[in-house]
Amino acid sequence: MWQALHEELRDRNFVVIAVALDKSAEDARPWIEKAAPTYPVLIDTQHVLPDLYNIVNVPTALWIDERGRIVRPNDVVFGTDTFKHITNLESAKPLAAVRAWVRGETAGFAPAETRALQTLPTALDQQARAEFGLAEWLARHGKRDAAERHFVRAGELAPHDFTIRRGSMPIRGIDPMGPQFREMLQTWVGGGRPYYRPLPDTRG
Amino acid sequence: MTFTLIDQGRVGTVPASVEGGRVRLSADALRAALGWELHDATLCNDAMCVPLPAGSRLGEGGVFDLGEVAATLDRPLALDADEGAAYLGVSAGERAQALGSLIAPDFTLPDLAGRPHTLSSYRGKKILLVAWASW
Repeated sequence: MWQALHEELRDRNFVVIAVALDKSAEDARPWIEKAAPTYPVLIDTQHVLPDLYNIVNVPTALWIDERGRIVRPNDVVFGTDTFKHITNLESAKPLAAVRAWVRGETAGFAPAETRALQTLPTALDQQARAEFGLAEWLARHGKRDAAERHFVRAGELAPHDFTIRRGSMPIRGIDPMGPQFREMLQTWVGGGRPYYRPLPDTRG
Repeated sequence: MTFTLIDQGRVGTVPASVEGGRVRLSADALRAALGWELHDATLCNDAMCVPLPAGSRLGEGGVFDLGEVAATLDRPLALDADEGAAYLGVSAGERAQALGSLIAPDFTLPDLAGRPHTLSSYRGKKILLVAWASW
């Protein structure tokens, strides 16, 4: 998905690092093998990245500069237009912005702007992540009923966190594209809440 | 009973008594599992100390209630007393402070082949960090 961008810019001191929030490497494997990436694709079954970066849905991308500083916080960035008919988000604009930044034609956001655009976790978000962490461990140890209780509680504590509510579905034996997901999505969006929350300049 | 305590993803086991949904640890168990010790109404580990709130009975009689330990440390605790397991997460304040510093939080995760990759080892490059999933 990101292979073309990575290849185009790799000689300009740039790397894509993709992290799969999947229940196992095997769930992610078909997508990775199809993409044949020359950039690192990592497997995050325990949601280390969502906890560190307050990521609540996929795809989420952020820019990190040569000094290891965040210069553009969490944004919705699609690598292709495969889902454009559903998401109404085009890939071209954010990808053009990445190109311009890597080529040095534009800078990322200044620190104050970056902070203003960040969404920071609340105590409920972090409680939800602890519930998810416990549930994931319980599920891995065959404690299915107990795991279900904590997955459900995690989703109730952070209903906007789809890495929990949708991301837990494959672990719980629920089809993440099926009727339960569609019902969850309709309830959420029907209440006037967005499923994707792009930054203003991506949305605009 | 042997209780499973997951500290930010690191799994350990610790002797504990579970009663009425509450988990009680000894001072030794607390130190072994989480690295915290109580001295003069202050919980300390290698790196820092946290004073107990006024009126706290934490550690009275050598007994440490796990829920009170988590609350004192301002850390989220997910607990399943029936299954004998709990997950101790990281506080919103700590995460918010780290993100607000704008220094990209470091992590190490495996690729498909199981080979570990560390974000900070790519220092010196511009990085597009992308979270995705098959779902």
